[in-house]
Amino acid sequence: MATFKDFRNDVKPNWCPGCGDFSVQAAIQRAAANVGYEPNELAVVSGIGCSGRISGYINSYGFHGIHGRALPIAQGLKMANRDLKVIASGGDGDGFAIGMGHTIHAIRRNIDITYVVMDNQIYGLTKGQTSPRSAAGFVTKSTPGGAIEPSLKPLEVALTAGATFVAQGFSTEIKELTALIEAGLNHKGFSFINVFSPCVTYNKVNTYDWFKENLTKVADIEGYDSSNREQAMQAVMQSEGLLTGIIYQDTETTSYQEKVSGYSEIPLTDIDISLTEEQFDKLTKEFM
Amino acid sequence: MLHQLSWKVGGQQGEGIESTGEIFATAMNRLGYHLYGYRHFSSRIKGGHTNNKITVRPTEVRSIADDLDILVAFDQETIDVNYKELTPKSIILADAKFNPVAPEDCVAPLFAVGFTEIAAELGTSLMKNMVAIGATAALLNLKEEVFQNVVTEIFGRKGEEVVAKNMEAIQLGRVAIAEQIGERVGDWELAPADGKRRMFMIGNDAVAFGALAAGARFMAAYPITPASEIMEFMIKKLPLVGGAVIQTEDEIAAATMAIGANYGGVRSFTASAGPGLSLMMEAIGLSGMTEQPLVIFDTQRGGPSTGLPTKQEQSDLMAMVYGTHGEIPKVIIAPSTMEEAFYDTIQAFNIAEELQLPVIVLTDLQLALGKQSVDPFDYSKVEIRRGKIVTPEETDAKDYFKRYEVTEDGISPRVLPGVKGGIHHVTGVEHNEQGKPSEATGNRRDQMDKRFRKLNSLRFDNPVHVNAPHEEADVLLVGFNSTRGAIEEVQEVLNAEGIKTNHAHVRLVFPFPAEEMSALVDKAKKVIVVENNATGQLSNIMKMAIGGHAKTTNILKYDGTPFLPRELTNLVKEKI
Ligand SMILES: Cc1ncc(C[n+]2csc(CCOP(=O)(O)OP(=O)(O)O)c2C)c(N)n1
Ligand code: SF4
Repeated sequence: MATFKDFRNDVKPNWCPGCGDFSVQAAIQRAAANVGYEPNELAVVSGIGCSGRISGYINSYGFHGIHGRALPIAQGLKMANRDLKVIASGGDGDGFAIGMGHTIHAIRRNIDITYVVMDNQIYGLTKGQTSPRSAAGFVTKSTPGGAIEPSLKPLEVALTAGATFVAQGFSTEIKELTALIEAGLNHKGFSFINVFSPCVTYNKVNTYDWFKENLTKVADIEGYDSSNREQAMQAVMQSEGLLTGIIYQDTETTSYQEKVSGYSEIPLTDIDISLTEEQFDKLTKEFM
Repeated sequence: MLHQLSWKVGGQQGEGIESTGEIFATAMNRLGYHLYGYRHFSSRIKGGHTNNKITVRPTEVRSIADDLDILVAFDQETIDVNYKELTPKSIILADAKFNPVAPEDCVAPLFAVGFTEIAAELGTSLMKNMVAIGATAALLNLKEEVFQNVVTEIFGRKGEEVVAKNMEAIQLGRVAIAEQIGERVGDWELAPADGKRRMFMIGNDAVAFGALAAGARFMAAYPITPASEIMEFMIKKLPLVGGAVIQTEDEIAAATMAIGANYGGVRSFTASAGPGLSLMMEAIGLSGMTEQPLVIFDTQRGGPSTGLPTKQEQSDLMAMVYGTHGEIPKVIIAPSTMEEAFYDTIQAFNIAEELQLPVIVLTDLQLALGKQSVDPFDYSKVEIRRGKIVTPEETDAKDYFKRYEVTEDGISPRVLPGVKGGIHHVTGVEHNEQGKPSEATGNRRDQMDKRFRKLNSLRFDNPVHVNAPHEEADVLLVGFNSTRGAIEEVQEVLNAEGIKTNHAHVRLVFPFPAEEMSALVDKAKKVIVVENNATGQLSNIMKMAIGGHAKTTNILKYDGTPFLPRELTNLVKEKI
């Protein structure tokens, strides 16, 4: 059985020392080993951004796509090979700005993949512009007078879009984060995991200390029931999204793949793709 | 007896005009006639003029006819918009309900028949189209039985009574017109057909059938005119073979999902028109850079922007050839007949996997939606070639697999995710042989050259459809996609008149078949490129690839309507 070390490769990440993404990478590697995957059974698909480089740092199949499109690539991959374990990942700009349309629809669609967002409330790779996740008033290169748009609330969006699994983690809380990703990987359907992953270079507001001070664990909320969507929404709204843990999980709804009529139970990559002469003639006759 | 009949039915959209044309055409197809149908429609659902023009011949028909023999009108607009196509030998059959009048300069007689009234008396005015078909049948001297099967297929599930009523409507339509025109009944009788069974399909059916036969088992797409039928066909058929279709949130998702699925190892594709292709441009570059196979259908329609969404045009060519930033190898194929649409689709999937690059199959609205009779495709000619896919037994790489190995032909071994010993990285960033990012100058050159070298292995039979009877021609007519039939008819006329005319229809648009085209251009005194666009895109691409510029001119039409043979003949004559 593979250990988390088997998910390491020899590529040295080009992230800044102290970047939150290091721990997210480690958590994914541990979670993958903990749920019993072999490296070749896993594919990590990522977008563009500092965070997007993650697919190149994990010893597994990796696909570093284009900005904002990790999710459609990952969903296509999963549809092609339903036996493959697929993780999509990227930054908050990737998933909530340019890729927001895909994020909402991937959540709705509920294909069985796990999506890990490295949310640093800023654009790292392009050197410090505002993100949809930046708080109002946040000063960046592109908002010298402070951001005037309110920040996007990913957990609320996910809950209203019909998510079957919503979790949030914090990159230094590696144990909790690993457990969340494991739970996501084991979830039958689309699992959405937002991770606070501080950008030490461009975000001097939402720092490690800031998160430590402001985050609450759902486990610490008395009587919290993660299968109760209404309660989840209420807790998210009350905490202004500063919660960690499994916020909501619906274990009853089946995944997209289970619902597609006629969809092969073995991976499409393994089926015989040629039409028989009989099938061919039948189609021909339908046009006559 | 006629050797060609041109029949048109028109009215307001949503009034059953389509089914009238469909029933008539299907019945004629079953008798063994050859057909070519072209629908005029607007981008609205109810209301707005629509018509369906069907050209019928006992022999092969390649294009829409210039004239009209019978015009069936369900409203005055149909007469006003279409009467100029009529000749003194033609006839208008119009619904008496709207008190039809023929314009003063209309050369054909008009007969008002109580289409709606007769149908209403039978129980529902919805059957007015059957009455009109009955009237048509009288003119053509067709027996009602000809329609029995079609009517049973369409209305059978509603019960025998409905079938019987519809057949009665046909009978009454016949009687009604016979009473009015007396001995002219049967004047439009067509020479008998061979009775052979042929398929009757639109180009979108042909490519969708091709995709299914080629082994495509996943499609991701977003609806758009005139491409949607491809997706709708796949939605019906893929579940029967284990596959699936996802209607995505947009075309960016469609193209990238198809890339993801191809990467996974299943033949996957998307289909759209200009606006969707514009959105896919970045994804096309990703496919080229990461060497993931991708097949895209572009059913061209009138641009730019939303343009003329339901009209014929061929103006995406440049965007397809030069679209996407940076430089990637890609292949663009432009079939011009149903057969080519089918077989070229299969080739597209083979090429995409063998050369690991994006292949765009370009069609146009006239080909995509025009409905034609076509001989059954040949099962034995369907060949699936998947290229250099490495099986699990063939690799035991301990380190990252060299997915982008620099090889002599530029094609690297491809391994599918899941395989042990196949782990590698894929990125749109410039990368080394293992797929890991690398900006080293030497590596950049090696990888760039490797990607382009793949095109040298492109095998494509008959990249140009050639009909060049003359060693020295007065004129070479050049086109692509659906202009083929009209050009062929022009060529026949001109040759009969002693103007030596050759014809080249470009089927592989990119890489441009320079050698084949050069040879043809050299043999001609004049080269006329016929295109449905305003800037002469094909001729510009030709000029970039080959010589003969001074003798090359264009005939361009960009009013949204297809070229008609006589119209094109006159335009060509003006040029020579
Ligand atoms: C289509 C497109 N537009 C813009 C860019 C430039 N770009 C690269 S990454 C990025 C945003 C990065 O922010 P985020 O997604 O939050 O990731 P981070 O770098 O913070 O991890 C942008 C705008 C691009 N690569 N592609
Ligand atoms: S810029 Fe920010 S997000 Fe990017 S690597 Fe550095 S710390 Fe991480």
